[in-house]
Amino acid sequence: MSLKIRVMPTLLYKDLGLVKGKGFNSWRRTGSIMQAIKVYNMREVDELIFVDVTATGQEREPDFECVDEIADECFMPLTVGGGIRSVDDVRRLLMVGADKIAINSAAVENPQIITDIAKRFGAQCVVVSIDYRKHDDGRYEVFTHSGKHATGLDPVEWAKKAASCNAGEILLTSIERDGTMTGYDVELTKAVSEAVNVPVIASGGAGEYEHMAAVIKDGKADAVAAAAMYHFTERTPLEAKRYLREQGFNVRF
Amino acid sequence: MSNVVIVDYGMCNLDSIARAVEECGGNPTVTDQPRELSNATQIILPGVGAFPDGMRNIRERGLESALNDEVIGNKIPFLGICLGMQLMANSGEEVEPTKGLGWINGDVVKLKAKGDDTRIPHIGWNVLEKTWDVPILEGIEEDRDFYFVHSYHIKVNNEDQIAAYTPYAGKFVSSVCHDHIFGTQFHPEKSQKVGFQVLKNFLKY
Repeated sequence: MSLKIRVMPTLLYKDLGLVKGKGFNSWRRTGSIMQAIKVYNMREVDELIFVDVTATGQEREPDFECVDEIADECFMPLTVGGGIRSVDDVRRLLMVGADKIAINSAAVENPQIITDIAKRFGAQCVVVSIDYRKHDDGRYEVFTHSGKHATGLDPVEWAKKAASCNAGEILLTSIERDGTMTGYDVELTKAVSEAVNVPVIASGGAGEYEHMAAVIKDGKADAVAAAAMYHFTERTPLEAKRYLREQGFNVRF
Repeated sequence: MSNVVIVDYGMCNLDSIARAVEECGGNPTVTDQPRELSNATQIILPGVGAFPDGMRNIRERGLESALNDEVIGNKIPFLGICLGMQLMANSGEEVEPTKGLGWINGDVVKLKAKGDDTRIPHIGWNVLEKTWDVPILEGIEEDRDFYFVHSYHIKVNNEDQIAAYTPYAGKFVSSVCHDHIFGTQFHPEKSQKVGFQVLKNFLKY
């Protein structure tokens, strides 16, 4: 039996508040973190992703105190990303209540860190987050530092490498679709899902429930993340799951 | 008043379980001191991480004999969660073969994919198939989902000690039970209402 599709909201955190941008830019404030966590808790969402979008750019370590406060109210699985540079950062995040961590820039610079974290805490808690852009010529490229640094890496190859280093999951985010609500990049999600045998979370571009169905069915995603859709429209994770169930997908209620 | 001792053996994720115990009406104490175990009304062994590190930490802190004294000797109700459940086995094969606590007659082995669409680690929500109405799973309907995040599972030799299976990678043992000793591969502290029901069942056992 295949696993249930996970529908997960992404909360982006920047300078003490929740934000949502477009193409990793033009951030808008979307409200208090604790309020959002409580609402998602009450609605029993499948999982939460919480990313501190400016930590790496500002060369800051993760805000452990903030994650501690969030995790105390979060009785659902919590993945935390942003600013993670070392195995010790991971230890401290898990200690204050994160269930999984998402690592991006530091993993590109030194893939060995994936192996080191997995060896210490198990592969299941290492999510490798891959931000990518599709260039005009159709070529895909991985970017780090919140979309600012080009790496020359191909996302499919990098996902394979990350999985071989013992990543437990891949979080795939399309930078140019981020915040546009025009749909996920189904093509690239499919290419990555077929290249690795760890779970793949599709992210970037969700605006309609139909987008989720498409990236699950045609993109073979195991989970669908969304942010703008929940912040700026009437759509909710619960309604998303109802829609997916009607379409014949296996979801949790 | 209850004194639910949550054993800190350096394998993290103590906050979530302590908060969940509080929410379920229990009074948690997080400690790495062996002597504190003697004041426990219940003991919880949580854990995320690799089997050998877990056992080494337990031994280095002198917790193995304290656990044996209280759980086996004084029959204090015990709940192992995820790695905490796996450590009750005779042995684990993760990273390097390691001897476990030996309370459950079984061994911890890697999940093996069955068919192309089985992805390992097993991450997400899945159901339990109860083998009998074990106390900690009382009142839990079979279609309820629990949160799993793991790559290894316990293979139990003694069928009486199996409390539930979960249908994934074939099927694996997702809960064990031996008298007052319980274990869950899933995370009750992260499984929302239905998870809290499991913790409440344990706290009143």
